[in-house]
Amino acid sequence: MVNFYAILKKELGSYFKSPIAYMVIAVFSVISGYFFYSLFALFGVMSVQSMNNPNMQSALNITEEVVGPAFSTMSILVLFMTPFLTMRLFSEEKKSGTIEMLMTFPIKDIEIIMGKFGACFLTFLVMLTPTLFYQAILFILGKPELGPVISGYIGIILLGASFISLGILISTMTENQIIAAVVTFGALLLFWIIQWGASFTGPVFAKVLIQLSIIEHYQEFARGVIDTNDVIFYGLFAFFFLFLTMRSLESKKWRG
Amino acid sequence: MIEVENLTKYYGNIPAIEDITFTAEKGEILGFLGPNGAGKTTTMRILSCFMPATRGTARVAGYDVFKNSMEVRKRIGYQPENVPIYRDMSVSAYLNFVAQVRGIDRRERKTKIGKAMDECGITGVSGKLIGKLSKGYRQRVGIAQALVHDPEVLILDEPTIGLDPRQIHGMRDLIKNLGGQRTIILSTHILPEVSMTCQRVVIINEGRLIAVDTPDNLMARLQKGTKILAEIEGPPDDIMKELKGVSGVTNIEKKDAKSDNTFTYLIDSTIDRDIRKELFAAVSKNGWLLTEIRQIDMSLEDIFLKLVTEEKD
Repeated sequence: MVNFYAILKKELGSYFKSPIAYMVIAVFSVISGYFFYSLFALFGVMSVQSMNNPNMQSALNITEEVVGPAFSTMSILVLFMTPFLTMRLFSEEKKSGTIEMLMTFPIKDIEIIMGKFGACFLTFLVMLTPTLFYQAILFILGKPELGPVISGYIGIILLGASFISLGILISTMTENQIIAAVVTFGALLLFWIIQWGASFTGPVFAKVLIQLSIIEHYQEFARGVIDTNDVIFYGLFAFFFLFLTMRSLESKKWRG
Repeated sequence: MIEVENLTKYYGNIPAIEDITFTAEKGEILGFLGPNGAGKTTTMRILSCFMPATRGTARVAGYDVFKNSMEVRKRIGYQPENVPIYRDMSVSAYLNFVAQVRGIDRRERKTKIGKAMDECGITGVSGKLIGKLSKGYRQRVGIAQALVHDPEVLILDEPTIGLDPRQIHGMRDLIKNLGGQRTIILSTHILPEVSMTCQRVVIINEGRLIAVDTPDNLMARLQKGTKILAEIEGPPDDIMKELKGVSGVTNIEKKDAKSDNTFTYLIDSTIDRDIRKELFAAVSKNGWLLTEIRQIDMSLEDIFLKLVTEEKD
């Protein structure tokens, strides 16, 4: 536990003592803010129009028109941003040789991995915090439902944890940070679009593809539904890739 | 303290080290000598549990480096080649991190870090970022890092590389002071360093063990092929001819002139006996004047070259 904490602290230090974390957070905030602004402004325009149209009035719903879409767009941003958070985790240590020091300290591999995962995950959470202001604005100016907001955040947090676990695995495989980022992005995108094949494959295989899709499971959260099926999917996804990361670190022991 | 038996490591099909066997006693400073690519770093990486051997065993303080890796890691301090330490951390933050993962109790941490910094002379730069330090100081931080938990065994890969002469001197003193209570293995390809700091030397070349002995013994063992330096007054051509006839002489080289008629000669002999008497007799028989004659001790450098080239033949 002490070791886990030591690694966590060190990794958080290198995120926040360098510009990496700030740049990623800044870019994320600007773009998610713009998305949110557009959605909210559009909703405002529709609200004004609905004053002349009583039928439209009943159909207008701030939760469905703003909260839901805001979480959907946020997930796309998370897809773009996480590779930049995870790319350096092991690649940098490999490149600078510090991995040799790290692997000869009396620490278990799992403590190293969880420390790094934890630091990256906390940075990811910090990245999400500015979006709480957007939600606050919604609650001040309108009356959205609280449920979908909470489930949306649970969803995006699970999504982020899964992405990070895959990113960590990739970063153990290369000492080049750019390769780590590109491959992570590619792999995540593949999991994102994998259900596209479902429309032209057999019924059984289609089901498998849909279940594998990292974004299919997210849709429900954005809609305000927390399904154990989806929670388990993300849990298993993260566990599986963290497990592979352990194997990947271990493989150095038997590879020549 | 350290027992290495038939240690072999292959990278794919290429052997990095083959059948390396040696031991190091408690409190001993053992020098690892070899040209670049000889397998020094590979051996050290295996000893420090960074990677396993293909064959053979290595034990530190009685624990196998592969089976009881955690126990071994607790007992060693390791400084890899080129001192890979986090450049974005300050010296004190880094040592604090190392102390933490080394399992040093929170209350003891400060005193232990302070002691390690004192020993390595880096107390003055404790607040600086490691990336901003000069190479010499970074090297010291690397050693302080290896010392902080007061390990029984220190493994230092090229601790003096890239330092200026004064820093090298300081580093050697530091290492000598650290020996005694601790077992130290250090690798180098700078030869005088070994004779100055180490009690025993392991010489490896192309992955194979060539010799394990004290520097003095190594020199004595190889003294059989002796070089003799003689300064003789007389006609050089005649002297060369005459001395070549002396039994045991294999080669004569005329070196620099001391005056018009006096030259120094470098005489090689292969036979394991002192031929200075015969040389003197030959010179005095012809009425020349012998102003100086002495054996040249082989430096560790000569021994090393000799061992390494002998191996090739």
